[in-house]
Amino acid sequence: MQKSTLNPNVLWPWTLILVLLIFLPFIIPRFYTYILAVIFVTALLAMSLNMVVGHGGLFQFHHAVFYGVGAYAFALMLMKTAMPMWVCFTVSPFIAAAAGFLIGWFCVRLANLYFAMLQISLGSLIWAIAFRWYDLTHGDDGLHGVPIPDWISSTSGAYYFILFFLVLCLIAMYIIYHSPFGTTMQAIRDNPARCSAVGINVRRHQLTAIVIATFFAGVAGVLFVVLEHSVFPDLLFWVLSLEIFIMCLLGGWFTFAGPILGAAVTVALRTFVGIYTEYWTLILGILLILLIFFLPEGVMGLFQRKLRNRRYEEGAPGKRRHAQG
Amino acid sequence: MLKVERLYKSFDGFVAVSGAELTVEQGQLVAVIGPNGAGKTTLFNLITGMLKADRGRVVFNGEDISKLPPHEVCRKGISRSFQIANIFHRLTVFKNVQVAVLSQQGKSGNLFRPAHRMAVHETNTILESVGLLEKADDLAGSLSHGDHRILEIAIALGNQPRMLILDEPTAGMSPDETAATMALIRRLAESQGLTILFCEHDMDVVFNTAQSIMVMHYGKTIIQAKPEEVRANKDVQDAYLGGEGDA
Repeated sequence: MQKSTLNPNVLWPWTLILVLLIFLPFIIPRFYTYILAVIFVTALLAMSLNMVVGHGGLFQFHHAVFYGVGAYAFALMLMKTAMPMWVCFTVSPFIAAAAGFLIGWFCVRLANLYFAMLQISLGSLIWAIAFRWYDLTHGDDGLHGVPIPDWISSTSGAYYFILFFLVLCLIAMYIIYHSPFGTTMQAIRDNPARCSAVGINVRRHQLTAIVIATFFAGVAGVLFVVLEHSVFPDLLFWVLSLEIFIMCLLGGWFTFAGPILGAAVTVALRTFVGIYTEYWTLILGILLILLIFFLPEGVMGLFQRKLRNRRYEEGAPGKRRHAQG
Repeated sequence: MLKVERLYKSFDGFVAVSGAELTVEQGQLVAVIGPNGAGKTTLFNLITGMLKADRGRVVFNGEDISKLPPHEVCRKGISRSFQIANIFHRLTVFKNVQVAVLSQQGKSGNLFRPAHRMAVHETNTILESVGLLEKADDLAGSLSHGDHRILEIAIALGNQPRMLILDEPTAGMSPDETAATMALIRRLAESQGLTILFCEHDMDVVFNTAQSIMVMHYGKTIIQAKPEEVRANKDVQDAYLGGEGDA
């Protein structure tokens, strides 16, 4: 199933959803606009994690750190320097990516669980800095009232700003996913030893993937600040890392767009079930157990398999597409 | 072309390869035989850089490659298949081979071009030569065991190697599949002038195909010679052929 980048069958539903999302804020109450924006930010974060977990096979267990680094970098630059907003906006994801490079450089030397353990410990170190360095970060209190320019400080302003960059990032991620780099990364996920036997420098490839993924996590962090006007250490706490990991599993980590669905479900649960009970995570837990037993490839994974089976039954018209070269 | 000189490798005191010697000439079909645990796979892992030798040298085209990591050995022109089918299960058959072709072309790091239009011709040519073109769009994980092994070889061909190392290419195959695979290997050797080094359990296959046979026993090279000489050799008969039953 060799999907084309500009296959109209893929493009149509996405365009439709985008148009819907552009007009929704005119109809729905402000609170729902806000929730949608939260979903966008979380979805971008989960998507960035999935670039290394689902498509790269790396146990990036503490991905939220880079989200937090992006957010803190943006907030601190806006508050402590006179740099214009656009500069801060552009620089912050690169700082997150630099942190990703630093931690990734050590981690790619290890495999599987050891990778995960080192990643968690080094990530927690950065969390500890944000938590303890009171003079700079105000510790547990976080930083509030980050001066966001007026035109995006309203909920709907932030909504459109975030939506714009979400779409931009998703397009970039889609291109990377279908590029030789992305294809090679998926091959590394399936079988790293085989990849090095066909001449691929596996470690360098993995490190590049981590840097790219942490860059996008940084973008998500910046967008969070645009929406909330504040940062706090929870942004780089391991609990959040676990949550976004679950989103990837829930949506389908071998698919491209699965994590968006996972993020939407999780944020919706937290918002609407969280009103009634603080034990909403219990429902998430039960969902996860059901998922592992019945849909190990996630919700999107199930849809994709159904789609593939249907194509087979229809005599697979696209099957000989490579024949003419 | 390839010369292995007094190679040693031990794991925690267990000596897997102790004094292996091997010479492969350009365009030759060379087989390595030996009982289970004789060190054949370890030898292949040492040649391809998957393992580092304790002592000895691997010389390829006059260059010592024994210290290189696997991906650099591959770039020198040595490509290999594995004994246990080692493929990319969640990718299509086409992509399995394309990954190797892209790597060979130095395009694996390209982030921005759509991969589905790249290296298509080269990939299809390889798939056609091994007879997997019909299944190009199938997921690799869904292939039969025999096809897995063929895909293994196809991936190795994706690097346009000068030398191909095949670790028991027909393991677990039916007699028909074995015959077809060996025919494929001979065809590749002839049509592309490929140098092929392989190891195999099936003695008929080895003596019918190889131009030179190296016999390993307890990690040591007993002899490397033409098939008829190997068959006549007393040490080989004692160590291996005499025991028989080891089909």
